[in-house]
Amino acid sequence: MVETTRSSPPAENLAAPVVELGSLDTLWFQVAGTVCNLACTHCFVSSSPTNHTHENLSLAEIVPYLEEGSRLGVREYYFTGGEPFLNPEMEAILAKTLELGPATVLTNGLLLDPVRCERLAALAAASDYSLDLRVSMDGYDAESNDPIRGEGTFERILAGIGNLHRAGLNPVITVTEVHDANASREGRVRFFRLLTELGIDKPRLKILPIFRMGAEAERGGAYESWQRLRQGDAPAGDWSHLQCSACRMVTDQGVWVCPILVNEPEGKMGESLADTLEPYPLEHPACWTCHVYGVSCRT
Amino acid sequence: MPSRSPKDQRDRQRRESSKLTAHRGLATWGEKLVPLAEFRRATAAAGRALSASERELEVASWREPRPDPTPVEGPFSRVAVFGGVYNNHYALAALLDDARARGAEAIYCLGDLGGFGPSPEKVWPLLERGSVRTIQGNYEESLAAGLEDCNCGYTDPRDNHFAELSYGYTARNCSPQFKLWMGELPKRRRIRVGERELLLVHGSPRRINEFLFHSTSPVPFLEVLLAQERADGLLCTHTGLPWHRRLESGGDVINVGVIGRPANDGRAEVCYCLVDDREDELGVELVGLGYDHHALAEEMRREALPNEFIETVLSGWWTTCLEILPAKERAASRF
Repeated sequence: MVETTRSSPPAENLAAPVVELGSLDTLWFQVAGTVCNLACTHCFVSSSPTNHTHENLSLAEIVPYLEEGSRLGVREYYFTGGEPFLNPEMEAILAKTLELGPATVLTNGLLLDPVRCERLAALAAASDYSLDLRVSMDGYDAESNDPIRGEGTFERILAGIGNLHRAGLNPVITVTEVHDANASREGRVRFFRLLTELGIDKPRLKILPIFRMGAEAERGGAYESWQRLRQGDAPAGDWSHLQCSACRMVTDQGVWVCPILVNEPEGKMGESLADTLEPYPLEHPACWTCHVYGVSCRT
Repeated sequence: MPSRSPKDQRDRQRRESSKLTAHRGLATWGEKLVPLAEFRRATAAAGRALSASERELEVASWREPRPDPTPVEGPFSRVAVFGGVYNNHYALAALLDDARARGAEAIYCLGDLGGFGPSPEKVWPLLERGSVRTIQGNYEESLAAGLEDCNCGYTDPRDNHFAELSYGYTARNCSPQFKLWMGELPKRRRIRVGERELLLVHGSPRRINEFLFHSTSPVPFLEVLLAQERADGLLCTHTGLPWHRRLESGGDVINVGVIGRPANDGRAEVCYCLVDDREDELGVELVGLGYDHHALAEEMRREALPNEFIETVLSGWWTTCLEILPAKERAASRF
């Protein structure tokens, strides 16, 4: 056996790197809290009909953040939950937001009935800025999607996508790598074919990795202890490829560093956006996923 | 669909229903379930809460101008600004004639000389002869550094496939001297038009390959960019689609479009920008420019460039780089 000498302390003793906020481009809202009409088995914030860890944000609560965000030069607004359309003020919130900048809603697609889709299309048409709907699916057929998202959801999601399309809105289908096949070449082709069969001639697809936390920790397994970021993992300490170098997340309980860590009190940075312009330590194993997979939750 | 026994079905229903009700009265703290009040107490204590005046200071310092040693050129009363030549020496020649005829005192190019079109070396003497003042685009940055791709910022595999084809072609057909010249170009310029100081960049003041599209470049964002750059106006390119926004502060932001290929609007002509000094405002004209696009298509065929590119030159509709378009721009696109 060969003796080796350590020239640096063991990796586990190194402090986590910190990420600077270079600009505040993306402002997220946990607009429906963690309340969802589904309980997907891979949800990294464990959203469900009974999960009130975070609650709805009202229009009145959101407006001050929109105003503060404007002064800080926010470029785009994202809305997630839970299921955003469970928030009774969602469309009013979008109307207000679209006066200030482009907006994207991350939805499970179940509440996209034809009438709502028409109203959303009218909101999109009335704004100078883009409105995007991101609809989540986890498989290109019911056999692969429904065990993750719930019985019967595949058909209901397709119905929602069809309603958006007929109203003139072209959603971005968001797929996780919960099944290896989803991100494969063949998987992409299957998703594109599915959308084409619905009559969508410009299919749009975004693929996201899995975060091994929340409900997913139980389904697919939690992070391993080595899955942490260390100083030196990014060349020249440049972490500007991470979304947290240019985003913040507003929930009913304050402002968090990013959309992933809302169920971690340590992810909270302040009450107003101005409180949160400081650097943030990349201590959570989810930070490892964003770095290694080059993830941005933005479209 | 595999058949399920009644017991399987009962088990599954029980599991589903327990998932749906699992969080009653409880919060999810990471993977733990804790009483709601416990999570709320922890979040109430987390983070920092500045006073109102401290917050004002934070916001003000965020908007403060950042130092920029770039010298200011001019003053001019009228200049032409264009971007994205994409090897289109036909359009470049037409532009130089048109801009001079319209009285431009100086001509600026915002970069991306290569890609897409044929015979990269042909634009160099035109730029020199026209005394064009050029800044670096991501293409020049990549070519000069010998990088393997154009760093255009695409994510879609199909877009990247075509980007690789055109970058490879340009890289093979550019002389080492031309690449050296590209490497010496500045990344930004500042010019004075009348009393106004304008910043010229390729993508955005922050990143050489940032896309500033009309529907995703909101007014408040642009106001902060101008404040941070202490500029009265900003001119950029990179996306291929021209637009102009006049801000509430009176500032102007202009994406000058590209002269290398049409603006995805079903017309063969390309676009550049004329800015001039007017008494109470900056004059901004996005000029449609016709050129011999049939000759360009013919040369692209001779050089065996992809048919998809040639189709764009002739039809005015993009057939590639579509994934980068925001919802509004994509809805207006044919493909």
